Amino acid sequence: MGLFTELKDSISRATDRLFSEQEPKRIGIYGPPNAGKTTLANRIARDWTGDAVGAESHVPHETRRARRKENVEIERDGKTVTIDIVDTPGVTTKVDYEEFTDEMDEEDAIRRSREATEGVAEAMHWLREDVDGVIYVLDSAEDPITQVNTMLIGIVESRDLPVLIFANKTDLEESSVKRIEDAFPQHKTIPLSAKEGDNMDEVYDNIAEYFG
Amino acid sequence: MPKATNADDSDAPDGVQIDLISGERMAGMATMEKIRMILDGVHDGNIVILEEGLTPDEESRLIEVTMAEISPDEFNGIEIETYPKSETRDSSLLGRIMGGDETEAKLTVIGPANQIETLHKDETLISALVSRN
Repeated sequence: MGLFTELKDSISRATDRLFSEQEPKRIGIYGPPNAGKTTLANRIARDWTGDAVGAESHVPHETRRARRKENVEIERDGKTVTIDIVDTPGVTTKVDYEEFTDEMDEEDAIRRSREATEGVAEAMHWLREDVDGVIYVLDSAEDPITQVNTMLIGIVESRDLPVLIFANKTDLEESSVKRIEDAFPQHKTIPLSAKEGDNMDEVYDNIAEYFG
Repeated sequence: MPKATNADDSDAPDGVQIDLISGERMAGMATMEKIRMILDGVHDGNIVILEEGLTPDEESRLIEVTMAEISPDEFNGIEIETYPKSETRDSSLLGRIMGGDETEAKLTVIGPANQIETLHKDETLISALVSRN
């Protein structure tokens, strides 16, 4: 990309943000399958609106459509920050229906895999076109250095989107927040357990600071 | 320009074809041409190695097109590996003006998900097991 095109794009992005100050920012919750994205989205939505966003499951690809919860008002230090949270399907480069056949019959497994592939494509489209910031959720009990994580963080950075990394599932014995901090030292990592509601004060402080 | 992948099913050798694609060859191609070349090779069961990898936007579109082509019992998607970043990239406007991040040349290995398995990966080494399916 040429220097002038780059400059023009940067100025255009800055101007867009300036003039859309009154609109709630759309914050995409991204990450690999089973990192706890919907559990987090539900935790945030329940804490501030009383409603849930979607169903949670231990079976991968439970979320197969991006879902937006509008006008989530988060109060911090006497100020209110309003955001839309977009819970997105887990991103992957492969989907094998046989992954699901232990949990359901073949026909349902094939349907689930088809919907999962559509969901991943949808999540990528939102990332390119429709989100103003990203919460990247990782399972802190798993190795964070995977290609999907490396690629997605790279895509977020290339779009100049503000990003927070959430090291989820700190309630698990194998959890290692440091492993995530070491993998992505260029971004702030916040430990939490969305399932147990641990460290949510720090989560909301940072959401308000980064995306408010 | 000759095709990068030319294995003919009728006389395909009993092995795995590896296509090493130079940065020079990729330089003149549009995003969809690159993605088509990669996925055509992977559909043929080949391992595609890109000397200079893809841009983040191209990677995003590769994921999207791959998802559209997944079909039960035929194609499960791709395995893709590049080295993770070892240090913070200067993504500021000034950094990019000064010749920063636009082309992060990174060797990239792409193969069919059911034939390639990553055994180990760190900042300087990718170790993969390739099967003939």
